[in-house]
Amino acid sequence: MAHPKRKISKSRRDKRRTHYKATASTLTICSNCGAIKLSHRACPSCGYYSGKSIFVPES
Amino acid sequence: MRHGVKGFKLGRTASHKKATLRILATALLKHKKIRTTITKAKATRLFVEPIITKAKTDTVHSRRIVAADIQDRKVLQELFGEIAQKVANRNGGYTRIVKLGTRPGDASEMAFIELVDYNLGTQVSEKPKKQKAEPKDTSTVEDKKNEEIVEAEVIEESAQAEDSKVNPKVESAEETTSTEDKKEN
Repeated sequence: MAHPKRKISKSRRDKRRTHYKATASTLTICSNCGAIKLSHRACPSCGYYSGKSIFVPES
Repeated sequence: MRHGVKGFKLGRTASHKKATLRILATALLKHKKIRTTITKAKATRLFVEPIITKAKTDTVHSRRIVAADIQDRKVLQELFGEIAQKVANRNGGYTRIVKLGTRPGDASEMAFIELVDYNLGTQVSEKPKKQKAEPKDTSTVEDKKNEEIVEAEVIEESAQAEDSKVNPKVESAEETTSTEDKKEN
């Protein structure tokens, strides 16, 4: 079986990893309460989705 | 190749998966709205919609086919009665899935799956619906338990006073039902 001839140095390893980036999640504003929420999901602060009450928040 | 193979594996054996889907479908038909992970919600939708369609034709044959999956007799009766009536004019699409975001712990995406004709969505909150639904269930369950307990007591020890022994058991039965309710919330 083929094997690497050299250990990958920290420098090469870290250079490769410079392209590993986290993407910002797409956020929208809730049409009912104005809080920031994830799109296509019920609003965690008011429990509404597309103008309908899906659940009642605990607080 | 697995071309066109319907369904979700859910990381279980086939028998475990079948049991999970039956439980989820029964819970959905019983409570009209349940909260699970998105994958399980989608698997439940795939499993329960043909069952509801089957329940629209009320024959002994269809009842037996549905009863193989919905093994709660009360839920079965409700499915063929009230639910089938409500759903009569709808050609599929009896359920709605609403995503909720991730849960703490394992960051699973959660979702509500609900029967469209029961949860119309407007200003109605969960609380009044549950208050209506609960007394029926708890009363019937408790009555049955009471009857069973009383009968058992009579058979075992007819001489002793029944009330002293029956009461603590009844209380424990009530506690279990209340804890079940909390879990649902």
